[in-house]
Amino acid sequence: MKTKIYYITRLVAFSLVATSLSVNADGWFSSKRSGVAPVTNQLYAKECSECHFAYQPGLLPARSWEKLMSNLNDHFGDNAELSPANTKILSKYLNDNAAETSNHKRSIKISRSISKSETPLRITDVGYIKRKHRELSRRHVDDNPEVGKLNKCEACHTRISEGSFSEREIKIPGFGLWEDD
Amino acid sequence: MKKQTLILSLSLALVYSAVSQANEIDSRLKLYQSQGASDFSASRGESFWLKKHPDPKKPGNHRSCGTCHTDNLHSKGKHARTGKVIEPLAPSSNNERFTDPKFIEKWFKRNCKWVLARECSPQEKGDVLMYLKNK
Repeated sequence: MKTKIYYITRLVAFSLVATSLSVNADGWFSSKRSGVAPVTNQLYAKECSECHFAYQPGLLPARSWEKLMSNLNDHFGDNAELSPANTKILSKYLNDNAAETSNHKRSIKISRSISKSETPLRITDVGYIKRKHRELSRRHVDDNPEVGKLNKCEACHTRISEGSFSEREIKIPGFGLWEDD
Repeated sequence: MKKQTLILSLSLALVYSAVSQANEIDSRLKLYQSQGASDFSASRGESFWLKKHPDPKKPGNHRSCGTCHTDNLHSKGKHARTGKVIEPLAPSSNNERFTDPKFIEKWFKRNCKWVLARECSPQEKGDVLMYLKNK
């Protein structure tokens, strides 16, 4: 009986370790998760998608979100004011899920690419994001009627709402799969 | 018979949504009157809607309600900066319009500040709603 309990305990312990380790895109065992964490807050999903894609909190550090949220009356030239109550709820959600708090691969890379003295307000100003989009040219983005600007992530990242940015899922409108280009 | 029932329930649903849209607008109008507005005028609302204001960011350009919504209330608009599609504003073309008071006030505040660089008065908001109501 004792040995049976011993084996069951070992089995449970082994399964716990096995599930906490997953194979990431690079093929290494790690506890990191891929992409960025998808949006889980319904208020955030609704309010922030009225004008643009509701960018996941893990795409910027907390200090960037804080600065953006304190200046919603001039949100890149637009007025995006929220009620004080909603501002508070969404600020907390952003702070709790910002890039540096996440164990998702892309968030970790984003966080590492920003120096402590920087507070980027645009995701497209983040070092890692700039580097990943270096190979694109005007015809893919600015001159592409279905894209227009690099901030329209969802135009090409086909599984972005799941927080996935894998290269094989990139499809540029008018050009097709990025990997075949 | 089944088809007739379907058509009947669809028309009932349409009538119901039109009534609730009109009710929501009416309760906004009552509120604006309690805030000091007098009688509302659809034609005043229309000229307010169409009026062009100098764009502070782009000299020589103008801003108006139609910059994003277009001047045809039944067609889809486009966000001036992000390009995101904006569903039609006319209640008869979009039964989701004018059903949520918080949404109405949030967007009045944001858009008045963008177009006019100030908030709209209760009178102006009421005139615009009178104009939009029967569209």
